[in-house]
Amino acid sequence: MGYTFARMVTSAGEGARFQWASDQSLLVYFGQKITLQAHQQVRKLLRLLELEPVAGVRNLHPAYCSLLVKFDGLRLRHDEVEAILRRYFERLEEIKLPEPRLVEIPVCYGGEFGPDLAEVCAIHGLIPAQAIELHASAEYLVYFLGFVPGFAYLGELPEALVTPRLAVPRRRVPAGSVGIAGNQTGVYPFSTPGGWRLIGRTPVAMFRAEREGFSLLAIGDRVRFAPISAERFGELEKEWA
Amino acid sequence: MGVIQVQEPGLFTTVQDLGREGFGAIGVSASGAADAVSLRLGNRLVGNDEGAAGLEMTLLGGTFVFPERALLALTGSDFDAALDGKPVELRSSFEAKAGQTLRLGPTRTGARCYLCVQGGIRVELFLGSASTHILSGLGGHEGRALRKGDALKIGAESGAIHERRLSARALNELQPRKVLRVTEGPQSDWFSESARRLFYESRYRVAEESNRMGIRLEGAIVPVPSGGEMISEGVSLGAIQVPEGGKPIILSVEQQTTGGYPKIANVISVDFHSLGQLRPRDEIRFERVDWETARSLLIEQEKLLASKDVLV
Repeated sequence: MGYTFARMVTSAGEGARFQWASDQSLLVYFGQKITLQAHQQVRKLLRLLELEPVAGVRNLHPAYCSLLVKFDGLRLRHDEVEAILRRYFERLEEIKLPEPRLVEIPVCYGGEFGPDLAEVCAIHGLIPAQAIELHASAEYLVYFLGFVPGFAYLGELPEALVTPRLAVPRRRVPAGSVGIAGNQTGVYPFSTPGGWRLIGRTPVAMFRAEREGFSLLAIGDRVRFAPISAERFGELEKEWA
Repeated sequence: MGVIQVQEPGLFTTVQDLGREGFGAIGVSASGAADAVSLRLGNRLVGNDEGAAGLEMTLLGGTFVFPERALLALTGSDFDAALDGKPVELRSSFEAKAGQTLRLGPTRTGARCYLCVQGGIRVELFLGSASTHILSGLGGHEGRALRKGDALKIGAESGAIHERRLSARALNELQPRKVLRVTEGPQSDWFSESARRLFYESRYRVAEESNRMGIRLEGAIVPVPSGGEMISEGVSLGAIQVPEGGKPIILSVEQQTTGGYPKIANVISVDFHSLGQLRPRDEIRFERVDWETARSLLIEQEKLLASKDVLV
């Protein structure tokens, strides 16, 4: 296949689609919807590429239903990467994903830690205790880690809490802040700009250079949030400092 | 082992090498020198591996004291450097004698100047790289920009000291560009024909809030596509995303690994180093090239960088 001027899209079979993203990367899409099936496909391809790395592939950025494959343009062409990935696709069914871990994250909801909780409650006609109960009662799936080191995109948020992101993002969201946006929730590992509505904060470090695996959460993990008091937050913060 | 004493850090000086690829799955972007070509050439000038760690200075350089003799090179932009008051030549290696002070000033050209030292700068590696990742406070020297009073270790000297300079050909061909060449972005066909024309025909100004994460642009507002539902996906270095509001952002080395804005184009790899030299208020524009051009330019640039002709 020759190179052309146009945006390059090709069918990859198995319901997947390739999209050239830059001169040294391409995206693999497993559909255009956030589904459990697409997530499994992303994980399986990621796993296979980690188990059997392709020489010249430099980096992999998984997301909800896509995987960005960055490669060395001196060693590989887009069509060569596509050909290799097609062979990998044929083997996705045989990939066994590890049993998901269940990780519990303590959260102190509301107050100064969750400055948007009151507004979220107002939008949905809830009292804070109900909103907290809703957020803490669900079990979430880590769809992928992205944005910044250790940021896990968690879904699905209970229907009654689904809230659009802030119209104007904050310039600085404190590390550990627990936010919601659309039907997603997540914890900011570092103090960064951010547009998610903040409903609480965890004293747990989401990303640490000294920890094995670095990130508290990994793609495919299951997560629950456990409400804690401000007092307990302080204790845990000291304990883990 | 030698050290560099930081007498003045400059505006924003960090330890950088060529970054850490391979950790996108935990949300860690590659980071590394914003103008990787200049860092690579600086290392070549002092006889290092081209991926050794050096100092990346931004807009205003620092003042550094060398208690022991060291072989140095400055590459990238001209920060008006002087060694014990005597001007030093950019892009050529020079020796600092024991006790000498290298003082840099404000930039006279682009955004970044690199200081390379024979032996490289030694810091604890994080995920295999010395690069500072500012946002997460990881890597580099204590995960942060340099401060007054810091002392940086210099690695063992790699051999005989020999002075060299960059060839005229290398200087000419690797000159940073203000017309950035791009390939189509993954969502380029989400944008209307007129939106795309506007994007390619407009001059954009680099905004003050630009940094190592992204270069924010001011100028013609690109009409944001409506209808298509954008799902967050992996993003590449040099991706040009158009958020609500229509002001394009070019992702730089300390980029987010995923993003939810449509991308109209992607800067080609041979122009990444030019991104690293863009200063606030610089004016740029974009020129579309085809995939084969992007590829052959990359091969040519790497051939030049690998050749002996780079140094004289």
